Amino acid sequence: MKMINLKIDGTPVTVPEGTTILEAARAAGVKIPTLCFLKDINEIGACRMCVVEIKGARALQAACVYPVSEGLEVITNSEKVRKSRKITLELILSNHDRRCLECSRSQNCELQALSKELGVNEIRFPALNEKTLLPIDDLSPSVVRDPNKCVLCRRCVSVCKNVQTVGVIDTMERGYRTVVASPFGKSLADTPCVNCGQCIAVCPTGALTEKSDKSKVWAAISDPEKYVVFQTAPAVRFSIGEAFGMPQWSPPSEDSASTRFLTPTQARTLRSWKRAPSS
Amino acid sequence: MDNGCLKNDEKYQKLLEIIEVNKNVRGSLIRVLHDAQEVYGYLPIEVQKVVAEGLGIPLAEVYGVVTFYAQFTTKPKGEYRISVCLGTACYVKGSDKLLDRIQEELGIEVGDCTEDGRFSIEACRCIGACGLAPVFTVNKDVYGKKVPDDIPAIIAKYRE
Repeated sequence: MKMINLKIDGTPVTVPEGTTILEAARAAGVKIPTLCFLKDINEIGACRMCVVEIKGARALQAACVYPVSEGLEVITNSEKVRKSRKITLELILSNHDRRCLECSRSQNCELQALSKELGVNEIRFPALNEKTLLPIDDLSPSVVRDPNKCVLCRRCVSVCKNVQTVGVIDTMERGYRTVVASPFGKSLADTPCVNCGQCIAVCPTGALTEKSDKSKVWAAISDPEKYVVFQTAPAVRFSIGEAFGMPQWSPPSEDSASTRFLTPTQARTLRSWKRAPSS
Repeated sequence: MDNGCLKNDEKYQKLLEIIEVNKNVRGSLIRVLHDAQEVYGYLPIEVQKVVAEGLGIPLAEVYGVVTFYAQFTTKPKGEYRISVCLGTACYVKGSDKLLDRIQEELGIEVGDCTEDGRFSIEACRCIGACGLAPVFTVNKDVYGKKVPDDIPAIIAKYRE
């Protein structure tokens, strides 16, 4: 394989031909912030958070889609680069619903982390209000879509269309009005969405989240009139596990999706119930 | 192919032909949409569904393209298409008031079509007749230097 020599922030780096600046930088231990980039799934250079300076180039370039070439000299952290990234991020935040405390993604949010990393201490644009907030689509049984939290990175569009080959969401309209949605303003519930949740897994913000039934579960557990039976997710091992040679009444694994939300007492109850099933 | 609630008529056959010619051509979606709009006058959901299915492209992508380009419309256009210039010169000469009056007279909003299918209104950018500002067109007729009170008479002319 042909190897390419380049310099990133003055440090010589050698990487295989076809590598992007972003990958070369990561290999050299240089961190470049990204937002829309998702390896092998979404490599479109849309968000411009990864812009870098290239010696001899007129404009800043997106590191995630720029292939390296011999003798390339890249500067990842100049004043110009930092300024550009910060202004871009502020503009992304300009029509973002910034009520992070109420957001299920808070503290696990790429946008929030970026804001902190790039030092966005103040946003000079007014917050969204009743007039500018878009309606939330929560009609689907499992996926909640909040366009006000969307940064238009298109990761969800890409994973839905190219990986899951379902393609029920895409970018609609244009410019400031652009929104990731289903055709004809339909709810996800009225599309052939298979509720796989991959869009949620790749969403960097709280724009796509799981519909939580936790409060319903809590209410059912604390209802003395109810005989509580647990079925943990993923339910496969309980439904068809036996057919694949799993022992009957296998205890739930500690890391399965739903048991993570249980308190130790509930988990104990669940395990004791599993040990002594009624006939 | 499921044609939604499109009538199995001449237009539908034409649409199928358009799709047939382009279905193996990469990047032919926009051309197909152009031709389909030529046939139907607009791109309702039924037409978009047939296009999506015919080309093997998700409906979401088709709709995304349709809403991206101003050239495409999902609403029918009238027999008489009234187009009011909201370019800078016309705007400062009061074309917004002309537009308001036209909407009022026809009882419809910009982008919509009257129920009888005769009139539709759209707002457009500069049509290069700034000397006649404010300008609006009805199909190929150009009206310049008009005031809101001229509107009822002009519309009446086309109503006949």
